[in-house]
Order: sequence, then C-alpha cells, then structure tokens
Amino acid sequence: MLNLGLDILGLARFQFGMTTVFHFFFVPFSIGLAFVVAVMETMYAIKGDEDYKKMAQFWGKMFLYSFAVGVVTGIIQEFQFGMNWSEYSRFMGDIFGAPLAIEALAAFFMESTFIGMWMFTWGRFNKWVHTLFIWLVMFGSSLSALWILAANSFMQNPLGYIINQQTGHVQMVSFGAVLGNPQLWSEFPHVIFGAFVTASFVIAGCAAWRLLKKDHVTFYRKSLNVALVIGLIFSLGSIASGDIQSRYLINNQPMKFAAMEGLYKDSTNKGEWAAIAGFDNKQHKTTWSVDVPYVLNLLSYHKTTGTIKGMNTINKELHAKYDKKYGNDINYYVPTKTLFWSFRIMSGAGALFALLAIVGLFFNRKKSQLIMSQRWFLYIMGLCLWLPFIVNTAGWFITEFGRYPWVVYGLLTIADAVSPNVSVASLLTSNIIYFLMFAGMGVVMIVLCHRTLKAGPDIENTDGYAAGDTDLDPYSKGAFNHD
Amino acid sequence: MTNLQLLWFILIGVLFSGFFFLEGFDFGVGMLVKSFAKNEAERDVVIRSIGPHWDGNEVWLITAGGAMFASFPMWYATLFSGFYLVLFLILAALIFRGVSFEFRANMRTEKWRTFWEWASTIGSFCAAFLFGMLFTAMIAGMPIDKNGDMTAHFFDYVNLFSLVGGVAVTVLSLVHGLNFIRLKTSGALRERALAWNKVLYPVLFAGEVLFAILLYFSTDFFAKKPLTTTAIVVALVIFTCLAYWGVLGNHEWLSFIGSGLSLISVVVLIFNGLFPRVMIANNPAYSLLIKNSSSSPYTLHLMTILTFSILPIVLVYFIWSYWVFYKRLASPKQNA
Ligand code: HDD
Ligand code: HEM
Ligand code: HEM
Repeated sequence: MLNLGLDILGLARFQFGMTTVFHFFFVPFSIGLAFVVAVMETMYAIKGDEDYKKMAQFWGKMFLYSFAVGVVTGIIQEFQFGMNWSEYSRFMGDIFGAPLAIEALAAFFMESTFIGMWMFTWGRFNKWVHTLFIWLVMFGSSLSALWILAANSFMQNPLGYIINQQTGHVQMVSFGAVLGNPQLWSEFPHVIFGAFVTASFVIAGCAAWRLLKKDHVTFYRKSLNVALVIGLIFSLGSIASGDIQSRYLINNQPMKFAAMEGLYKDSTNKGEWAAIAGFDNKQHKTTWSVDVPYVLNLLSYHKTTGTIKGMNTINKELHAKYDKKYGNDINYYVPTKTLFWSFRIMSGAGALFALLAIVGLFFNRKKSQLIMSQRWFLYIMGLCLWLPFIVNTAGWFITEFGRYPWVVYGLLTIADAVSPNVSVASLLTSNIIYFLMFAGMGVVMIVLCHRTLKAGPDIENTDGYAAGDTDLDPYSKGAFNHD
Repeated sequence: MTNLQLLWFILIGVLFSGFFFLEGFDFGVGMLVKSFAKNEAERDVVIRSIGPHWDGNEVWLITAGGAMFASFPMWYATLFSGFYLVLFLILAALIFRGVSFEFRANMRTEKWRTFWEWASTIGSFCAAFLFGMLFTAMIAGMPIDKNGDMTAHFFDYVNLFSLVGGVAVTVLSLVHGLNFIRLKTSGALRERALAWNKVLYPVLFAGEVLFAILLYFSTDFFAKKPLTTTAIVVALVIFTCLAYWGVLGNHEWLSFIGSGLSLISVVVLIFNGLFPRVMIANNPAYSLLIKNSSSSPYTLHLMTILTFSILPIVLVYFIWSYWVFYKRLASPKQNA
C-alpha cells in the first residue's frame, strides 16, 4: 500500500479546503457579476443608452463562464459531505439537509432556469422583462448563499437543536432559531457584500488594463464608473459588516478572535494592537511585534478601554469546559499565523478597495481626462483584479480554521466527522485528479476572459447559441410537426 | 414507519425520476455531439437543443441529493461514502460535460473545439453508464457493517449485472436523446436520429431482457415482491415498445414520452424493490431501513411544508421555460 505518511483525515481536509476554495473563487464572482450586470441592464432599460446594453452583454459573458464553473464545482460540494464526511452527515443531517435541499429547490432552480432565459432571449422580450430575468438570477444566487450559510452558521454557533439521546446526533427543534442565528445575519451580508466587491474590482481591473491600451475608451470608462460606484458602496459595507462580525466573535468564538489578533497573553487595558508580528506556535507566545496602542480596544469595543482574553487563558477555559466529555489531549489552539495574517490581508484589502474606488471615481469624472494620464493608477487597479479572490479565501480561512478542533462548534470534532470507510488511495487519487481538473478549468477561464477582453465589446456574440442562422434551426416551425 | 417517512421515500424516487427523464435526454444529446453530428454547424444545433435546459435538468440531481441528505441522512452517508470511486468518476464526468458546452463555443482552434466535443461525448457516456452501474450495484446488495459503513471492493460493484445495468441506462438515455433531437430539429439531423433509433431499439430490447434475467438472479426483488416487480418490468418493456412503435410510425411525441417513461420505470423498479429498505446489505440484519435512517419528524414535517409550498412555483417557471423555447420559432437572427 501507499505509505506517504498520509491519512484519511488529512487528505479529506485537504480535499474539502481545495474544492471549496475553488468553488468559492467562482461563487462570489458570479453573484457579484449578476448584480453588476443587472444594474447595467437596468440602466439600459431606464436610459435606453445602447452602451449600457453592450456593457451588460459584455460583462455578462464573463458571468456565464464563471457560472458554468461555479455550477460544476458546486456539485462536488454537495456530494463530498456524504463521500468524505459520512459521520458528519449522519450527525448533522437533521439540520444541514434541510437548508441544502431548500437551496436546491428554491434557489438553484430559479438561477439555472432564468440564466437560460436571460442568455438565450436577448431581443425577444420587452427589455424590462429581460432585465427582470437577470435580477431573478441574482436573487436566486443570493438565496443559495443564504441557505448554505445557514448551515455554516450552525456549525460556527449551534442553535435551535437538541442531542438525540439514542443516536447521539443533533436534532432540530426550532427552524426559526436555525434561521435566526445571529451568526448567520452577520455572515450573510458580509459574504454578499464581499461578492459585490469581488465582481466590481475585477471589472474595474479589466477596464483599467484596456484603458492602458487606449481601447474603447468611452465604453471602458463607463464600465469603470459603474464598477467603482458599486465597489465603493460595498467595500464600505464589507468593512462595516466585518466589524460587526469580529465583535461578535469576541464572545462567541474567543479563540478565533484572539488568534486573529495574535494574542497569546491577555491584553492590557491599553489595548496594544499588533500590526505585524511573529509567533512561536509551539511555545504559545509572540516572538516579536509592532504594536499600536489603543487600536485593539477601538476595534473590539469601539472605545479605548477594555481587555481581551488571550489564547492561553482561553485554552485553559476550554479544557475546563470540555475535558470531561472529550478527554484532555485535545489541542484547542488554532493555527495562529494563518488567522493573524489572513485577517490583516482581508481588512487591509477592505480599506484599500475603498480608497481605490474613491481615487478612481475622482480621476474618472465625466468631464475630466485625468484617468487616461494616471497610468500608475491604472496599473494598480489592473493588478488589484486578483486581490478579491485572495481576500475571500483569507476570510474563509479565518472562519474555517478558526473553528478548529470542531466541525460543529463544541459538538463534533473534525476527527470524528470523516468517513471511516474511504481508503487513502481513493482519496489521494481524487485529490490529484481534482487538482488537475481545477488547474485546467482555471486556465481555460482565464484564457476565455482574456480573449473576451481582447476581442472587445463590439464583437458579435460568439456563444454559438446566439450566433448562427443555419438552415438546421432547431426552432423552425417544422420541428414540432408530428411527421 | 411513519407516513412522513414513506412520503419522503417516495419523493426521493420522484426526484430521481425527474432527473432521469430530463437529464436522460441531455446525456443522450451530449453523447451525440461527436459521431452523430457530422460537422460544426450540426454540432452547434445539437448542443443548442439542450443549451437552455441542461443546467436546470442537473438541478434535479442536486435536489435529489439534497433531499436525500435532508430526509435520510444515514442513507446519504452510507451510499455516498460507500460508492466513493463511482461517484467520484460521475463527478468528473459531469464536470467535463458541464463546462464543455460553454467552453467549446468559445474555442478558436479546431483542435480545442474537438477536445471539448469529446469531453461532452465521453462525459455524457460515462455519467449515464456510471449512474446505471451504481444503482444496479446498490440493489444487488453490498457489504455493510453494523455502523452502516459500506466496505465494498471493486468486484462487489463491478460485475456482470452492474455492467449490464450501466449499458442499459446508457442506451436508454441515448435513444431518449435521439427522440429529443427529433422533436427539436429539422432536416438531416431529424432524419438521421430516426435512422439511428431504428437500429438502437432492438439493441435496447436485448439489453432489457438480459437485465430482467439478471435481476432475477442477482436481487431478491422477484422473491420478495413477485407481483409488483413483474408488473414494472412488463411496464418497462411496454413503454419501450410504444416508443419503438413511435419510431417506426414516426410519431415523435409518442417515442419521446415512451423513452422517458422507460427511464422512469427503471427508477420505480428500483424504489419498489428497495422498499422498506433504503440500502440493501449482504447481511439482512444490517440493511438500512426507511424507519431507522430518516431525520427527525420535526425536520421531515418542515421539509414537507416547504417543499409543497415551493415546488409548485418552481414547476410553473420550469415548465414555462421549456415552453418559451418551444414556441420560439425560427428567429435566431434577432439575437444580440
Ligand atoms: C472581498 C471580500 C471581503 C472584504 C473586503 C472583507 N471581507 Fe471579511 N470575509 C470575507 C470577505 C471579505 C468572506 C470571504 O466572505 C468571509 C468568510 C466567511 C464570511 O462570513 O465571510 C469573511 C470573514 C470575515 C470574518 C470571520 C467571520 C467568522 O469567522 O465568523 C471576519 C471577522 C471578517 N471577515 C472581518 C472583516 C473586516 C474587519 C473587513 C474590513 C476591514 C473585512 N472582513 C473585509
Ligand atoms: C458554507 C458552507 C460550508 C460548510 C458546511 C463547510 C464545512 C466544512 C467542513 C466539513 C470542513 C472539514 C473539516 C475541517 O477541516 O474543519 C471544512 C474545512 C474547510 N473549509 Fe469549509 N465549509 C463551508 C464553506 C467554506 C467556504 C466557502 C470556504 C472557502 C472558500 C471554506 C474553506 C474551508 C477550508 C479552507 C477548510 C479547512 C481545510 C482543513 O482543515 O485543512 N469553507 N469546511
Ligand atoms: C460547502 C458547501 C457548499 C455546497 C454543498 C454547495 C453546493 C452547490 C451546488 C450543488 C451548486 C450547483 C448549482 C447549480 O447547478 O446551479 C452550487 C453552486 C453555487 N453555490 Fe455552492 N455550495 C457550497 C458552498 C457555497 C457557498 C459558501 C456559497 C455562497 C456563499 C455558495 C453559493 C453558490 C452559488 C451562488 C452557486 C451558483 C453557481 C455560481 O453562481 O457560480 N456555495 N453550490
């Protein structure tokens, strides 16, 4: 047999992380693009300006690519709970199954149906009706995020359940409590705003690259404008909602919060906040740091006084609380470096996005030609188109690594959740093949977007669907005659 | 077993029936992209015939999976972890074929277009075949332990019976796809689909008979439920005959409905035989039963209310979307 020091748990975790991160490159991109495209098409419907229609169609193409990949990677998500995490599925089925099934029923049907309607019916419906289709797609995909996040929130903060004494599994007692989970209502806006930010900065970045080439200046300036207005609003939104989330964590998942801030020891009343720091995870201490006073308290409590518990204290508390049930050899420390740096990347990027949007909107004012001469700015904007993907991943790293060692907080450990009957060889094979497939799809995605950009907004629809009028038209009258 | 448990067992069957009816034809159409369609233009048309629909059809699978997770978590956990490799291959096939339509349309070189056409063809073949194989193996009974974990080896699920099951579902999807093409296209493609089906139906009959014989020897279906099992097998053959009659007499709707109902009868056959179990273990004591694999009454109740309030709305727009593309005659020029 293979013996590479690999075990089921490690491989299953790697697989979950890899497939979900990949799925989540496309999910926020799709949700966000649906929104931005819907805004563009609505502006077309209101103003009748053909440019906006072109914009909706042009960026809509990227939406379709992203959607295709999002869909196929989503199926992996649904299946892998049963495949890799069978114990988790048995344990959580009563709670998790319902949102997942409703997600498919209420959200995915809506999305997939109206995407088909939207993409194949340009010019066939009244423009308001056609615009409605893309809004419904956007509505459907946000709904799907809501349901899946309801499940995730339960894992972060279980509410509305009892443990069935016979089976030891969780059992739902209040759907209202599952849906009303405060974790959900701080997570959901943040994820959706993050999605809008993602799409707007990708669009802005693409537009910036084309402007550097002086290509279709009016078109890309208009696109840039729409993207940056949306980007500004929602980067402020993600900062505000992120702030709510971090403060929620202080009480609910103190270990996660302490790790995000790199606090091994309890903080002092002065609220020193480590801007950057190095850690020694084995000794459980901070080796060096650059501190700024008061900021920690400002961030945590919105005032200058107060203290935050450090990881060492929390570790003791957790052992006191759970040792009776889980034994004392569980490690409650979470991967500090990952959380600390992920948080800095995310919040730093949040601020950067807001700043870029303001500066960009200023340069891109209607009457001014400033934007064309600020090439340094366009370069930065262009490079930042990759940033949202990193930021989203960083955010999920915090959320998911920060609940270590639990899958369901306080109720089920990761080690107990994995499928016991799947072999290392199967997992290794699937990991490798998934990886290759993802790499392939990623490359094709990038090439396609690149090509679409290069071809520019004037090119006829290359979809093949909308293109031809062959004499073999499947929709010709004869097609439905009985003989 | 409570009424709610029974209801959800049936609903899962309904969802899988919907999946096989709908995705059946788009698997079939996907298989036809290569050898059947002779040139670029024909391939465009073949793919366009399912273009607006395949994703929605696949949602039936996602819903069925989700509903199974929600209503029978033990079933979901045992089935999905037990058939790990088969499901993994199904996923790979679904991924390849899923992206192939969008990607192919945007490729510039002949070579890459061909690559994605093969992805669609092979992906569709494999997906249909593997689904058939999985369900056939499932009803034959598998080694399942006390905890409900399945520990099957390769030859437990790859054997004559499951291979025949796989081939039968593949051929059924293929003829279903051809029947769909006949409804949706005109001219050369429409005629070729007819010619192909004239050849394929006899093959299908042979497959069905072989399957029925193996079913007798490999499962306890005939022993436990002689009447209903026989009735459903007969129904399967009758639907196939009807479809064949439709092919010979060129009644397009009849053959399409016939092949669709044949696929549904396969699902009904499986669910009828499973009842009151959901997973059949080699050791009968460890079979998973409807009554002990489900979620709590609260969750089932909740799901029932939600499903019956959402599903009708979904069905309305789902059907409407087919109608839109049904009515939309001969005017692709207006596009863009
Ligand atoms: C472009 C996207 C984006 C941007 C600009 C931000 N975030 Fe974020 N963040 C996410 C995208 C994201 C995310 C990927 O969507 C996460 C993962 C889980 C979640 O709820 O949202 C996330 C999670 C997440 C969490 C973990 C929540 C938990 O574990 O329960 C916190 C504390 C923050 N964020 C805080 C912030 C702060 C203070 C930000 C700005 C200053 C910020 N985020 C900007
Ligand atoms: C919303 C529903 C989600 C559920 C139900 C969920 C569930 C899980 C489960 C069961 C694991 C494996 C156990 C573990 O290692 O902790 C996991 C780990 C992980 N998930 Fe999530 N997750 C969700 C969303 C996401 C998203 C959207 C992302 C990222 C884009 C993500 C990223 C990760 C990562 C990075 C891991 C860590 C892998 C590891 O531990 O090595 N998750 N999640
Ligand atoms: C880890 C748990 C997850 C599961 C089980 C899951 C499941 C799925 C499935 C089955 C699909 C395909 C749907 C189709 O065919 O239309 C899909 C796509 C999608 N998922 Fe996920 N998903 C997960 C994580 C997430 C998260 C965390 C979000 C959002 C926050 C999300 C949002 C979406 C969206 C919007 C789509 C539509 C495709 C697209 O727009 O790219 N999913 N997901």
